[in-house]
Amino acid sequence: MRVWRPLIILTGLIALWQAVVSLSGAPPYILPAPFEVALAWWRRADVIMEHAALTAAEILLGLALGAVFGACSALSMAYFRPARRWLLPVLVISQAVPVFALAPLLVLWFGYGIASKVAMATLIIYFPVTAAFHDGLRRTEPGWLDLARTMNASRASTLRHVRIPAALPALSSGLRVATAVAPIGAVVGEWVGSSAGLGYLMLHANARMQIDVMFAALFTLAVLAVALYFTMDTVLRRAMPWLPDSVPDTDESP
Amino acid sequence: MAPSAAPPPLSVTVRAARVAHGSEVLFDGLDVTLAAGRWTCLLGPSGVGKSTLLRLILGLETPERRDGDGETVTCSDGSPLSGRAAFMAQTDLLLPWLTALDNVDLGRRLRGAEDEGNGDAQALLDRVGLAANAGDRPATLSGGMRQRVALARTLMEDRPVVLMDEPFSALDAITRIRLQNLAAELLRDRTVLLVTHDPLEALRLGHRIHVMAGRPALLDEALEPAGMPPRNVDDRKLLEMQGDLLRRLAEASS
Repeated sequence: MRVWRPLIILTGLIALWQAVVSLSGAPPYILPAPFEVALAWWRRADVIMEHAALTAAEILLGLALGAVFGACSALSMAYFRPARRWLLPVLVISQAVPVFALAPLLVLWFGYGIASKVAMATLIIYFPVTAAFHDGLRRTEPGWLDLARTMNASRASTLRHVRIPAALPALSSGLRVATAVAPIGAVVGEWVGSSAGLGYLMLHANARMQIDVMFAALFTLAVLAVALYFTMDTVLRRAMPWLPDSVPDTDESP
Repeated sequence: MAPSAAPPPLSVTVRAARVAHGSEVLFDGLDVTLAAGRWTCLLGPSGVGKSTLLRLILGLETPERRDGDGETVTCSDGSPLSGRAAFMAQTDLLLPWLTALDNVDLGRRLRGAEDEGNGDAQALLDRVGLAANAGDRPATLSGGMRQRVALARTLMEDRPVVLMDEPFSALDAITRIRLQNLAAELLRDRTVLLVTHDPLEALRLGHRIHVMAGRPALLDEALEPAGMPPRNVDDRKLLEMQGDLLRRLAEASS
C-alpha cells in the first residue's frame, strides 16, 4: 500500500485534470490535456532535461552555500557574544527585505549566468537554516550544560560535544524548509533574467504559446523539487538514527 | 575492579551561605558539613532550596558574599572544591546520540582526552550490570538501566565528592532499592551529599540526615541512624525513625 499510494494519488490527479479539460472544453493554449503535455515532454525531452540539469545545479549550489553560511553564522552567534549582537539584526533585516525584490539587482550584479540564481537561492536558504540552527543551539537541555561544567569541559568542547549534536535536529528542520524553498529562488532568478534553466524555458514557451511545453517544464520542476526533498529527508533521517519518530511506521495497514 | 581504590576522603564545609533569587532569600547564614567518606542526606519540602544548596556546592550557583566573608564552600585540604565533585541528577542526563559506553566516557571526551582508551568505562558498565548494553543508545534502555549508566558515568569521574539530586526518585520501588544498594556499595568511601524526598531512602543510605526547613531555610541537628548503610528496609528501628522523620518533615512543610 505504501508503494502504491503515491501512484494512486498521481493517477487520480491526472484523471481530474483530464476531466476538467474535457468538461470545460478549454482550448489547448489555455489548458492542454495531460496526454498533450506528455507528448510535448517526450518530443522536447533533450531540451527540457538540459535546462533541468542547469536549474538543479543552481538549486544544489544554493543549498550548499546557504547551508554552510547559515550554519557558520548560527555557530558564531552561539559562541561569540558580539557576533550575536551584530549578526542578529542583520539577519532580521535580511528577512525584512523581500528577496524576490532583490532578484533584478542580483541579475544586474552577478549577470545573466548561473551566479545570480545561485545567489538568489543562497539568500532564500540562508535565513531558515541560520534561524533554526541558532534556535537549536540556544535551547540545549540545561542539565547537560550543568553536567558538562561539573566535568570541567571548556566552552569549545561543550559546543562541539553537547550543543552542536543537540542542535542537529533543529538544523535538519531548517534544512528541510530550505530544500522546499530553494527551487523557488532558482526559478525566480531565471524569470528575472537568464538564457537557460527551467524558469527560462517556461517563459520562453509561454511567449510562443507552447503551453504544453510550459506545462512539461513545470512538471519537471515539480518532480525535481519533490525528489530533492525526499532525498534530503532520507539523508537527514539516516544521519540521526537516535531521533524518535513520533509517527510510528506500524500505524499503516499492511 | 575496585572503584574505591581512589581519592583520599575529603570533607566539605559550607559556611554562612546566602542565596537569593530576586527578592526571595532562599537561605542566609546556612551551615553544613559533609563529613569525609560519609553520606549526608538532605530532606525537606519542595522548593525549600535543597537543590540550590547542592548546586551551590557544585559551583553551578553563585552565593552572595558580604565583605569580610571567607569562601562559602571550603574543603578539608584547603584547596577549592571546583573540579573535584561529580554530579548525578534526577534525570539521567544521558546524551541520546551516544551509546551507553560513550555516555559513561563523556567526561574524558569533554576534556579532550579521548585517546586514553575506554577500558575503564567498559569495566564500570560491567560493575553496574550493563556489560551487554555497552553499544546501546539510551532510548533503547529502561529507566532503571539509564540511571545505572548515569551512576557509572558518575563513578567514571572518580571524584572524592559526589553530589546527587534525587537520583532514584523516578524509579519503581524495587529498582530503586537495587540502585540504592549498588550506589551505596560503589560510593562507599566517598563524601556524598544525597538530596532526596524519600525519608526511607535517607534512612537506608545516610550516615547523617538533615531536614531543611523555613524561609530563609536552615538545617536541623543531624539524625544519625545506627549501623552501616545500606540498611535493610525491614529493620524495625529504621521504620520507627521513619515515623519520626516524617513528623519532622510535616512540621517543616507547615
